[in-house]
Amino acid sequence: MTTIAIETQGLTHRFGNFTAVDNLNLSIPAKTIYGFLGPNGCGKSTSMRLITGLLTPSSGKIHVLGMDIPQQAEALRLRIGYMTQKFSLYEDLTVIENLHFVAQIYNLNPAISKRRINEQLAAYELNERSTRLAGSLSGGQRQRLALACATLHKPELLILDEPTSAVDPENRRDFWEKLFDLCDQGTTILVSTHYMDEAERCHGIAILESGVKRADGSPAQLMKDLGAQVVEIDGDNLRQLKLQLTGNSNVISAAQQGTHLRVLIKENIEQPQHWLLQEFANVMHGRNLTLVRPSLEDLFVHCTGEGRQ
Amino acid sequence: MNTSANVRNSLQRIYAIVVKELRQLSRDRPTFGMIVMIPLIQLLLFGFAINTNVRNLPVALVDNSHSEIARTIVADLKATQVVRFIQNYAKSKEAVAALTRGDVRAALIIPKDIAQRLNDERPLAQWVVDGSDTMVGNAIFGLKNMPLSALNSQTMASSYNAQKSTFEMTIFYNPERRSAINIVPGLVAIILTMTMVLFTSAALVRERERGNLELLITTPVKPMELMIGKIVPYVFVGLIQMSIILGLGHLIFDVPISGRLDQLFLAALVFISASLTLGMLISTVAKTQLQAMQLTVFLLIPSILLSGFMFPYEGMPRLAQWIAEILPATHFIRLIRGIVLRAATLADLWPDLVWLISFTLIGLLVAAKRFKKRLD
Repeated sequence: MTTIAIETQGLTHRFGNFTAVDNLNLSIPAKTIYGFLGPNGCGKSTSMRLITGLLTPSSGKIHVLGMDIPQQAEALRLRIGYMTQKFSLYEDLTVIENLHFVAQIYNLNPAISKRRINEQLAAYELNERSTRLAGSLSGGQRQRLALACATLHKPELLILDEPTSAVDPENRRDFWEKLFDLCDQGTTILVSTHYMDEAERCHGIAILESGVKRADGSPAQLMKDLGAQVVEIDGDNLRQLKLQLTGNSNVISAAQQGTHLRVLIKENIEQPQHWLLQEFANVMHGRNLTLVRPSLEDLFVHCTGEGRQ
Repeated sequence: MNTSANVRNSLQRIYAIVVKELRQLSRDRPTFGMIVMIPLIQLLLFGFAINTNVRNLPVALVDNSHSEIARTIVADLKATQVVRFIQNYAKSKEAVAALTRGDVRAALIIPKDIAQRLNDERPLAQWVVDGSDTMVGNAIFGLKNMPLSALNSQTMASSYNAQKSTFEMTIFYNPERRSAINIVPGLVAIILTMTMVLFTSAALVRERERGNLELLITTPVKPMELMIGKIVPYVFVGLIQMSIILGLGHLIFDVPISGRLDQLFLAALVFISASLTLGMLISTVAKTQLQAMQLTVFLLIPSILLSGFMFPYEGMPRLAQWIAEILPATHFIRLIRGIVLRAATLADLWPDLVWLISFTLIGLLVAAKRFKKRLD
């Protein structure tokens, strides 16, 4: 039986008239990596702050690691690690000084603290830079330091708010390797992102838009249940073709990818290639049409396209 | 042609920056308010407060003669409004103790043989003056040759008035009447106010601006722990500063250190804590470092002008005195001048000490209360 690490029921948060999180129901199993995927301002950060007890919900219930939040938020702090969107360690302290500071704030005893700091320095490849000022580190090194600090006290739950937004692809891949290591050791991880490749790595994801959950499940399952078909079209004048296609109500969206156009077509159309050739006969001359497997980006566009302004 | 185009382009860029600055300024409400409030309030306050014409100095009376002449002298002194008799003592020893405590600025000691002295054309009575504040000392010194109105009608008076001094003057603590002796200890209070308040007022705001606070509030750290942890290091900074000022003041300006050093450091410790707490309070109000800086200046100016550092407390109007009573600097100036110049002990000066301790404790509680470990 899987235990549930985070559970919310009807979670809602309003800033004045603006509803940042709207009736959010989540059930996140322990020891998995769960992702919040959504555009900027969709309520990812607010949801995370509600879950950690940094914000008080307007309504709804939150249970994290079996505790009622925000009532038991202080007790929860000892059991979670939190990494903010912006680098929030002390830039004018060295790597090792930052680690020492965090160890003492979490009341690790000196022997354990020393051992853990050495472990973390090795695990996050910061050994050689332990006496460098945090402010002089590169983006990737800063993220590793932030993660090392957030996991120093071995939290059961790790919450990461867009951890890789300022990191290059290679460092991002390394970073995710570390997350899988942590998950393997039994840590539950909640991560927010707007990168599709990152979302695809999660065990489960929730796609958020304007504070509303549009989809929830494993990436593979969600792609399978997409409810749309994807056709790739090549040829010239793709910009113009796109304009024509998106005017049709059966076309959900069309996005150019290099030399071809990726078109999402509603599920109820049988044989979408055939339908396209018939419907747009005058512009389909000499083009190749291929039915392809849906990607997470297609899912994302499908889920979030409607509410866009 | 080319030059004029360059100038025009340059002017346009300057204009763009001017407009941008004004827009940002108008959106920073507290700063915008300060632009108007600082000159307005400070001017009103100090226009009334700055008064070098010292009046109503609290003094003690020791009347050993219980004579008509003594009563006449006291009535005449009251009429000058320079002094205000707040206490009667039987013995001059008690009056000197009151002087050490800072309860009174001077004591009038009237001898038993005042009638005989009047005959002999000797000075009639003695003023014992706390000379540490030269402005106060000078005000009482001005009474030295005061003519006695009630004696004018009498025959003896004409011959008496030809004579020079009505009073004999004895100056305690600063016999040479040098202003450095009073200014140097006061300067400790001003410099400490400036540095201590600024250190902590920027402290929390800086953490917020740099994003450190978002991390701190997700850790088990408690608001009070954060406050105390941020104050303690600067206590040592403050003690070092005080040692430098008083040490140099002693070596270069011959400022005597009459009191006990342990008393001095204890008083400084309490004042430094109070100033750091004040900075912490500012820190919970200000949103940016600029605002913290402005609020600090807003407090610093009254600390300089109203605390008794520049102008005697007694010379200020009631309103200014009330404001002065709120400022930690006022209480510390009383403490440090008492200890350094008059060899007073903290036991003598306990009301100021208690006030500073209460200010620190209440201030810390309020600051911790205002600082929430929540973002909403």
